[in-house]
Amino acid sequence: MHPAYSIIVFTVLSGTGYGMVATVALADLANFLPRHAAGATAFVVGLGLIGIGLASSTLHLGHPERAWRALSQWRSSWLSREGVLALVTFVPLVIYGYGLIVQGEDNLPIALLVIAGAGATTYCTAMIYASLAPIPNWSNRLVPPGFLLLGIAGGAVCTLGVVSIFGPAPVSLALFALITCICAWLVKWRYWQSIDASALPANAAEATGLAAFGQIRSLAWPHTEENYLLREMGYRVARKHTAKLRLVALTTGGVVPIGLILMATLAPWSVVGAFVLIVAAIAVVAGVLIERWLFFAEAKHTVSLYYGV
Amino acid sequence: MTDLPKERPTKRLGLVIDLDTCVGCQACVVSCKQWNTGGYGAPLSDQDPYGAHPSGSWLNRVHSYEVDDGECGRTVHFPKSCLHCENAACVTVCPTGASYKRAEDGIVLVDEDKCIGCGLCAWACPYGARELDEAAGVMKKCTLCIDRIYNENLPEQEREPVCVRSCPARARHFGDLADPESDVSKLVVEREGVDLMPSMGYAPTNKYLPPRRNHTQAPKTLETADEAGGFLGWIDRALGG
Repeated sequence: MHPAYSIIVFTVLSGTGYGMVATVALADLANFLPRHAAGATAFVVGLGLIGIGLASSTLHLGHPERAWRALSQWRSSWLSREGVLALVTFVPLVIYGYGLIVQGEDNLPIALLVIAGAGATTYCTAMIYASLAPIPNWSNRLVPPGFLLLGIAGGAVCTLGVVSIFGPAPVSLALFALITCICAWLVKWRYWQSIDASALPANAAEATGLAAFGQIRSLAWPHTEENYLLREMGYRVARKHTAKLRLVALTTGGVVPIGLILMATLAPWSVVGAFVLIVAAIAVVAGVLIERWLFFAEAKHTVSLYYGV
Repeated sequence: MTDLPKERPTKRLGLVIDLDTCVGCQACVVSCKQWNTGGYGAPLSDQDPYGAHPSGSWLNRVHSYEVDDGECGRTVHFPKSCLHCENAACVTVCPTGASYKRAEDGIVLVDEDKCIGCGLCAWACPYGARELDEAAGVMKKCTLCIDRIYNENLPEQEREPVCVRSCPARARHFGDLADPESDVSKLVVEREGVDLMPSMGYAPTNKYLPPRRNHTQAPKTLETADEAGGFLGWIDRALGG
């Protein structure tokens, strides 16, 4: 599937942003949120990432001015549900943020709504892909957990980075970032194993109704030039490239942040520690961007059966 | 509303494509492109049509396959357009309600005024029936020539999809597949018409008739005249044969 940069940026930035606001709210509930400016700044950065991500998502549309219509079909469409939930979640986000930034106090019931809203919106984003049967790499059970865990892990590492600017970060927050990071990349690694063992849900015989014949070979395509179907769904990446990129994603998004967090926590220098944790935050976002690119590039669509590829 | 119709439509209009007689002439492809460009609505656009890298939106495309080997081997030409599925996922994934399935006849359409061009319907269609028109920014697909089949401005014989009208090999048939007495339904039974990718559960309305498998006999040799009796045999001998 063609990796559209605007969609990759949208899912990664929004996912990380929702992860950040959820981390702040969770840390608040569990009483390890650093006061006062640190937590508030992390929340605002998260909010900013969500906003940029959502704005980026309109860039791939043929008619972005009609995007408001996408809120109407929440009864049947995951994309519509995501839009509705994103807007609905802004309410607790703003209320909680106001409480945190202006009044310097937490609002625990609203914190719960922030976490629920962030999780539900990210889940809807994942389900847009997971509900598509013609693309087995996407309609894989590990896709929603992958989106959710990478969101919270990225958010936790970024929160840690921002918070460390204001002083040494609490160990509980560092631990939370470590655990979510490890879980996220374990699930991702398991997902990669799963898709390597899977195939398209049909074969050329079923696609063409020519099962009675033995072999089916594509003799001629309907067109000599490119078309929308091939551009969107015929994108090909060589296995040797995807293997390398998976390693890069895992290293940049998982191993490096985990190593840097351990380093900063076990030897807590204050300024150097902050620098190290910010590098970890940049690394995790870079790693997830590569992972998301692969999520698209490795996916095959059943229409490729008609083209014999 | 992008929910599918609550009850199964009582009329299920669709196409039956005969893979035995299609010769791959592309007349259906071209007539569809023409009707949907020169007829009603916004034209099916092309990008860089006279340049080095042309591409464009087409609603009906014909693939060609080589099947089997040896004596049974043959070329099969395979027209593909929207199959107007009963469980059309392209309808339910649409976030704006632009994609819908008509309850009265089962035709799946795109309301081009509502479509935002997100492309999710194209991803949801396993058959590749939907394309984005780059110029219009909306998704387009076979309309089953809904602007022809009910159009009283056209003579009755023209009230069928142009692709059916233009096929010189009579490989395309149009009718109500919900009516067991219709010509198309009888054709499907007689030729054992199939669904494409039935296991995916989309329940396509269009049916494909597999090629007949009776082409394995070698052609009969011609009789030679010298074995003939009677007048013909006498002529042959008289002429020194």
